[in-house]
Amino acid sequence: MARQEKKKDVVIVGLGWTGSIAGIELAQEGLDIVALERGHDQNTVPNFEYPQQIDELKYGVRLKMMQKPSQQTVTVRRNGDETALPYRQLGSFLPGNGVGGAGTHWNGLNWRPQEVELRLRSYVEETFGADIIPEGMNLGDYPVSYDELEPFFTQFEKVAGISGYAGNLNGEIREGGNPFEGWRSEDFPMPPMPTTYDSSKFRDAAAAMGYHPFPASAGIASTSYVNPYGMQMGPCNFCGFCERFGCYQYSKSSPQTTILGALKRYPNFEYRTQSEVLRVELAEDGQTATGVTYWDEAAQEEVFQPADIVILSSYQLNNVHLMLLSGLGEAYDPLTGEGTLGKNYAYQMNGGISMFFRDEEFNPFVGHGANGICIDDFSISQNDFGAEGFIGGSYWRSGTFNGQPIRNMPLPAGTPSWGAGWKQAIGENYGHAMSIGSHGSHMAYANNHLDLDPTYTDRHGRPLMRMTFNWQDNDLKMNQFMKSKMEPLAASMNPDSMRAGFKGPGAEYDVRPYQTTHNTGGHIMSENAREGAVNRYSQSWKAHNVFAMGAGNFVQNTQYNPTGLVGGLAYHTVNAIRTQYLSNPRPLV
Amino acid sequence: MTDLPGYPSRRNFLKASAAGVALSGLAAQAQAQETTPPVPLEEYERAYLTAAEWAFVMAATARLIPSEGDGPGAIETRVPVFIDLQLAGDYGSADDWYMEGPHVPDAEPARGWQTPLTPAEIYRQAIPVFDAWCEETHGETFAALDAERQDAALTSLQNGDVALDPEIRDFFSILLANTKEGYFADPQYGGNHEMQSWVYIGFPGARAAYRAWPERHNEKYPLGPVSISGERA
Repeated sequence: MARQEKKKDVVIVGLGWTGSIAGIELAQEGLDIVALERGHDQNTVPNFEYPQQIDELKYGVRLKMMQKPSQQTVTVRRNGDETALPYRQLGSFLPGNGVGGAGTHWNGLNWRPQEVELRLRSYVEETFGADIIPEGMNLGDYPVSYDELEPFFTQFEKVAGISGYAGNLNGEIREGGNPFEGWRSEDFPMPPMPTTYDSSKFRDAAAAMGYHPFPASAGIASTSYVNPYGMQMGPCNFCGFCERFGCYQYSKSSPQTTILGALKRYPNFEYRTQSEVLRVELAEDGQTATGVTYWDEAAQEEVFQPADIVILSSYQLNNVHLMLLSGLGEAYDPLTGEGTLGKNYAYQMNGGISMFFRDEEFNPFVGHGANGICIDDFSISQNDFGAEGFIGGSYWRSGTFNGQPIRNMPLPAGTPSWGAGWKQAIGENYGHAMSIGSHGSHMAYANNHLDLDPTYTDRHGRPLMRMTFNWQDNDLKMNQFMKSKMEPLAASMNPDSMRAGFKGPGAEYDVRPYQTTHNTGGHIMSENAREGAVNRYSQSWKAHNVFAMGAGNFVQNTQYNPTGLVGGLAYHTVNAIRTQYLSNPRPLV
Repeated sequence: MTDLPGYPSRRNFLKASAAGVALSGLAAQAQAQETTPPVPLEEYERAYLTAAEWAFVMAATARLIPSEGDGPGAIETRVPVFIDLQLAGDYGSADDWYMEGPHVPDAEPARGWQTPLTPAEIYRQAIPVFDAWCEETHGETFAALDAERQDAALTSLQNGDVALDPEIRDFFSILLANTKEGYFADPQYGGNHEMQSWVYIGFPGARAAYRAWPERHNEKYPLGPVSISGERA
């Protein structure tokens, strides 16, 4: 028999970016709120302090900031004919754990989607014709437009403290910014970060080829800054420890640096850590939720937390898992196309080139996660899908980050992996290499989806979620297109040698190497209850007092890092709750 | 100091001991005054590895990152100590990983870690199998072979030419990864002794403050490393 806690107006499941946003915006309404966080509490002090945080082995390799698979994981198969096997050791993606979630250990690359990415199916049909859409691709439009989201992108960027230079200010294209970005109603909250040597070489080479280089949009403070909640950030010192680390400097955008300190001052807000939500409880008629049941790690017992509104704001994979376990919709069936939960799981298609310059000094440890100069000349809005034979695009970036030697030791092709030759090569090449990365879109497909595993269970006896995922020809073609465009640019910089890494035809998903923690879809937004799990306000079609936030909402993945869209959608959703739902709780669509 | 059977060359031991560490100038004097020499590797009290396993790890890491040529080797940087401590800790016992069955150890490598064994168990089971293969193929256990035959044996292991059960088939890649981790990790974990690998490649370790440096283009950063504990080199 579960212990029962006092009823709250709102229960928030997971205290990362979207849970913190929901918490503070709804706390301003005077609602009584509790956030339940599976992991531990953590803050800049004491958890991310110098020098303990500057530990590549502990955080970069042993991944002590991440979700432990022993606690929660998924199974993976590449198609319906394979038996899914557990993702036992973290590799390809790294879900976060604890207060702040993935928002503590990200790189800080904050992007808005392009306008056409939110209406991609319509754009493709209007521009190239529906017949170029490959069989098995679930290409869709988002049920909300760029223009509708623009104020909320701006709001998130002000809160998160983003550094950059607007390329499109209210429709005016500005030299030095990204001419292909969606319009911005205001310039960035902070000016762009300084440019490192590798970035400057890339910028000059790209400009010489007629491309349009611009500074990366960075969730990294370039100056001292106070955000709308009164939270203060200090300028980054290029320590180089961003991805997989907490920021010791109050410079990287995170729930800790931009929201939580302000949120904890609200007397109507509380949060409980080591509290893992097991399921959302539905009312007998199945039309609303009554609260959530969670596992209290300290008390070693189940607890029922009643609430009028349930906000699902855990990591994308965990949100989908909870919804599947709780019956918040029907599981997607790729054969019939029926059902919505787990539909349109997508990822990211990336590649890159390393270049070696034996006589030049790059100081790869001087950097930050969102460092660099980018181009968007091969982005979704710029590519001729009809001529090239794929739907998609990528942005390119060059800038030092993560320059720690266990994980970041690019060596020329043909270098032995051990022995005297390896040792000589690390001495000759560390600090003398730079790279360009291509960060590409990933479409949604019937094959790529999430459901419950028939065999493996977690420590609570719940079925693990099963991921069915493989690379698809369309995105692999896009990646090879990027290779063909990037190699001439890299060659124009006259490196002593270069080494390209782009997945090509026939590539199969390998769970071992780190790729990206941009897992998207599974509880996608839709115009109607038949096509997705939530409406344009991230409101469950099944139970109107449940809102599911995060990248699970993505109809297909964009070509960018997801946080900017996640933040914009979160503010759009809480605005709808504040202005439309609280006064009259009901399905908003 | 005496050479022990099955251990790497006496020269490597000398290089690893405080008396033999090749430092130059004032740095060497400061180092000698300030730090207590670590226990020599042959007197090191092992936390996990058995004597035979220790002999193997000493010999194998000495070939994976040899002492010859520029830069320190695995022995001078005390990589075997790092490996022993890691295997004794929560990495060795795979505490953070999902280890529930059923297991399919012969699944395609791209499916990830599917053996029921922990890293520590893989060392324990694989070393005797590989040593037996070395005896059969080269006439002696790995540690007793000369450097050339050790390199040949490791190449065979890396290339999959040594028959290993699927449960332990990834032994070489785990050993190599752990060796490089021990070489480059902060010295608090027992390897990268005196931050020698960081000095060699030019990584400043835990300095982590480069405010003036992003726009100093094509200029080598001049300062040596510091460790998390405040050690300098």
